[in-house]
Amino acid sequence: MIDKRVPDFDAALAGMADGATIMSSGFGAAGAPHDLLEAVLEHGWRDLVIISNNAGEGERGLIRLIGERRVAKVICSFPTSSNSEIIREQYFANQIELEIVPQGTLSERMRAGGSGIGGFYTRTSVGTPLAEGKEVRCIDGKDYVLEFPLRADFAFVTARLADRWGNLIYNKSARNFGPTMAMAADTTVVQVDQFVGLGAINPEHVITPGIYVDRIIEVRGT
Amino acid sequence: MQKLTRPQIAWRIAQDIPDGAYVNLGIGAPELIANYLPDDREIIIHSENGILGMGPTPPEGEEDPDLINAGKKPVTLLPGGSYFHHTDSFAMIRGNHLDYCVLGAFQVSRDGDLANWATLDNSRPPGVGGAMDLAVGAKHVYVMTDHCTRDDQPKLLETCTYPLTGRGVVDRVYTDIAVIDLIDAGFVVREMLAGMSTDQLNNMTGADLTISDKCAELKAPDL
Repeated sequence: MIDKRVPDFDAALAGMADGATIMSSGFGAAGAPHDLLEAVLEHGWRDLVIISNNAGEGERGLIRLIGERRVAKVICSFPTSSNSEIIREQYFANQIELEIVPQGTLSERMRAGGSGIGGFYTRTSVGTPLAEGKEVRCIDGKDYVLEFPLRADFAFVTARLADRWGNLIYNKSARNFGPTMAMAADTTVVQVDQFVGLGAINPEHVITPGIYVDRIIEVRGT
Repeated sequence: MQKLTRPQIAWRIAQDIPDGAYVNLGIGAPELIANYLPDDREIIIHSENGILGMGPTPPEGEEDPDLINAGKKPVTLLPGGSYFHHTDSFAMIRGNHLDYCVLGAFQVSRDGDLANWATLDNSRPPGVGGAMDLAVGAKHVYVMTDHCTRDDQPKLLETCTYPLTGRGVVDRVYTDIAVIDLIDAGFVVREMLAGMSTDQLNNMTGADLTISDKCAELKAPDL
């Protein structure tokens, strides 16, 4: 019988190690998997590479992990939002590396990573500093920049509902990077508001099919 | 001559967004445009974090932390609106599906280059968000900006000195004193404030201007 539910964070994070690459969903605080990130903090792993739109926000989750100096590098589109002094201080002290990727390119690189695509050409960033050193190709009279896929050891995703097969439904704009990140990691761990029985989610409404999901932990009240 | 206020520039831009358009309004001043879209037009606002049919700010106490806009402020969803994930959202942007986007700018060049994500001041970590995607992806890229910086330096230039967001992407610039189209690598003035001379406008601009034969008065109601 397939049952992707796990009883606790130890089981949710089995296989995590120092230096791991983690995709962390969320746009600002909406959809950010705070509880999974804080479980990583409590376990003490370090030298982590985080792939996320922002480098932390508010008081919970990723900003705490960065504040405790567990993160070596963040691949993101926009690192600084609220609580940006933590990032600023570590960035200028060369204690954290930032790779800035245009938001659509970030998302598409993960989609490519999750879809077996070895790279893609995009018009985004042509002629800008973010295209420096990258192959540019003229296709039908327009210049495109070659971008490579992104994958991770773990993806952390937040969802509203899950069944034991790992089918997911999200909540409003908290969906954001979840479905793409779930495709692009060796192990996808979902923190979900509520488990439901198999078949309770209308198959026409499933947003992330369970094939992309490895483990689910119920975290009520997030 | 009385320069337009931010809300007045927003009002002026709103008049040019047609019925049925799909529009992305950049973070900051362009967000004001939503307040002035004419009531008799149905215009669908896209938010890069996965919303079409975005509605206004909710009443106090009804904010939902899972329903925010690109600036991470609470918003609402209009009937008929939809949610989708980031890769779909940026397929809409990069795949040329949005009719208009309106962005802020540090600088615009006569070739339509846009600089709006970084200056030469390195005191802050860099961050680009979705600006580079919007700049190349929307069918019409409009810029909303003051004509000059706070210390009176022109923002419309021969070439941008700041790092680019996109090359040759801007179609039109709405400032506090003029509406200017970018046509064949040149600034063409469509509207300017009443009582302003061409010399005055030239002195506030860092590149040659062509005054359109049909140049009209730039005006907006008191807001």
